[in-house]
Amino acid sequence: MKRILLVVAVVLLYVLHQDIWFWRSPRLVFGFIPIGLFYQGCFAVAAALLMWLLVTYAWPSHLEREVEDDTREDGRA
Amino acid sequence: MIPAIVVFLYLAAVLYIGIFAFRRAKGREEAEDYFLASRSLGPFVFLFSLFGTNMTAFAILGSSGHAFNNGIVTFGLMASSSALVIPLTIFLIGTRVWALGKKHGFMTPVQMFRDRWECTHIGTAIFLIQAVLLVPYIIIGIMGGGTTLYTISGGLVPFWFGGAIVALVVMSYVFFGGMRGTAWVNTFQTVLFLCFGVVAIFVIGYGMGGFRTAATAMQASPMSYLLTRERISPYYFFSYTFIPLSAIAFPHILIFCLTARKMAQFKKTVIFYPLCILAIWLPCVFLGVMANRVTDVPEIRQKQEARRVLATQGKTMEPEKRDELREQSAGDDVIMLLLQRYAPLWLAGLLGAGIMAAVMASDSQILALSTMFTEDVFAFYGGKTRFGESVQVQTGRLFIILITLFAYAVALRAPETIFELAIQYAFSGYAALSPLLVAALFWKGSTKWGALAVTIWTASTVVAVAVLQALVPAPAPGPPTILWAPGGVEVLSRTPGGTAVFGFMPVVPMVIGSVLLMIVVSIMTSKPGNTTLAKYFTGGRN
Repeated sequence: MKRILLVVAVVLLYVLHQDIWFWRSPRLVFGFIPIGLFYQGCFAVAAALLMWLLVTYAWPSHLEREVEDDTREDGRA
Repeated sequence: MIPAIVVFLYLAAVLYIGIFAFRRAKGREEAEDYFLASRSLGPFVFLFSLFGTNMTAFAILGSSGHAFNNGIVTFGLMASSSALVIPLTIFLIGTRVWALGKKHGFMTPVQMFRDRWECTHIGTAIFLIQAVLLVPYIIIGIMGGGTTLYTISGGLVPFWFGGAIVALVVMSYVFFGGMRGTAWVNTFQTVLFLCFGVVAIFVIGYGMGGFRTAATAMQASPMSYLLTRERISPYYFFSYTFIPLSAIAFPHILIFCLTARKMAQFKKTVIFYPLCILAIWLPCVFLGVMANRVTDVPEIRQKQEARRVLATQGKTMEPEKRDELREQSAGDDVIMLLLQRYAPLWLAGLLGAGIMAAVMASDSQILALSTMFTEDVFAFYGGKTRFGESVQVQTGRLFIILITLFAYAVALRAPETIFELAIQYAFSGYAALSPLLVAALFWKGSTKWGALAVTIWTASTVVAVAVLQALVPAPAPGPPTILWAPGGVEVLSRTPGGTAVFGFMPVVPMVIGSVLLMIVVSIMTSKPGNTTLAKYFTGGRN
């Protein structure tokens, strides 16, 4: 279930990159940042949060175990 | 001239770091130490050097230059899509490649492909296309170095000399320091240019009297389109999300993934990567857009005038005249002009060094090419067995000299802006090669013939786009030149910025074509044996 949610989160964030709702707006945030640029900046922060979620809940730790097992076997040999 | 002196001091510093790395590794002539730093890079160096090696001239110069002429769209096109796609591919693919490298001793992607698909000369074909596509990336670094030194010295350091200095410095610390030297220099450079973005925006903003006035004035001016994306097609914008697929397929990135001491080091890398992109790109894009409000720098006004003439009269001009105006309006030096105008001399020099840091990311590409040549060609075809590992390392060093000289010679003649050059060839080609990695690591059914089909497809489409764009001149800003529209459906067109296929950038059909070819050809051909598959998938062919 966790993995499905994470896949959905990745796909959703990818779709949200295409922010057609701010496409033609010259509105300024805080009086100087164009809203389209501000949104995409927030998108980058959201990407970092998503990576944190993936690292926390979907880390491929079996790969590390395989490498450690291999190293131990080589040591014995 | 003071900023130029500061930049030269910076160049001396990186040269020293590279030579220090050489002294540190003296006596150890093993290939794995020279090309992969014995897979011993710690977490801090790993994160910063991996990020740094992916940042090139266009991260600062090209992005601000593109934003100067095209507006805020630059950030969404390359930066924010990269902020998602690149760390995701490092998470999914980089970790697996690291584990396989640790278990089986791979030093290059082709070594892994040859083992995975039980092939020999098909691996050489993959090497060839990777090598050819990597050279433009190296050229960007030299061009950027020449542009930076020329601008920061007020024209005193000619382009050819600046480019030669950059080529020489990069070649030297890569030659002496190998991967260890390259990683340490990249770490130093990343710290510098991460600071650059923050400092530059404050200094230039203060100098301009604050951005609020400039932004509000731009909102009310004919240049308000630069604050939006109204002149960009959403299909084109979507197409660009395919470009960051190239990152993990770049050999120098994949080779960097092999250098981590532990897999846990990837954790911080994938989390902080988007934030590092934000720290560099957002200020540069914003400054590029705001540069349009600077009225007392003659060079900026000349660029705007060239852009205005191109927009209003370009349709009636000869293609050569249009190309000339495009070059005049190119904004690759715009951020340097802003620094010269608003930053005190010593700070302009430090910030110039930050730009040089980004510009000189060609070090990893040069080293990667050398690693690939010595492992995938020299060692594979018997050179290591015949001449020994020490000669292999020396061959790698010689290759570094030759490739740098070649790239420098081409850099002196290439006319296109940094951004266009990068996007058109290297990124699209590598994005089209990324299905090789996905197929090798995630699909038991992939075969060497599927890999060969992808390789030939990528080479053919890159050449086809290059030939098309050489034969059909770019139209003036505005609607594209439609080349093929059967039944009223616009299939192929030449746009002011490149080529469009069904309204998308060529990278989209290139990647889709690669995926389809890998699947179809693999299904029709025989798979590797169970022993090989067991190395990559638990349970073999089952």
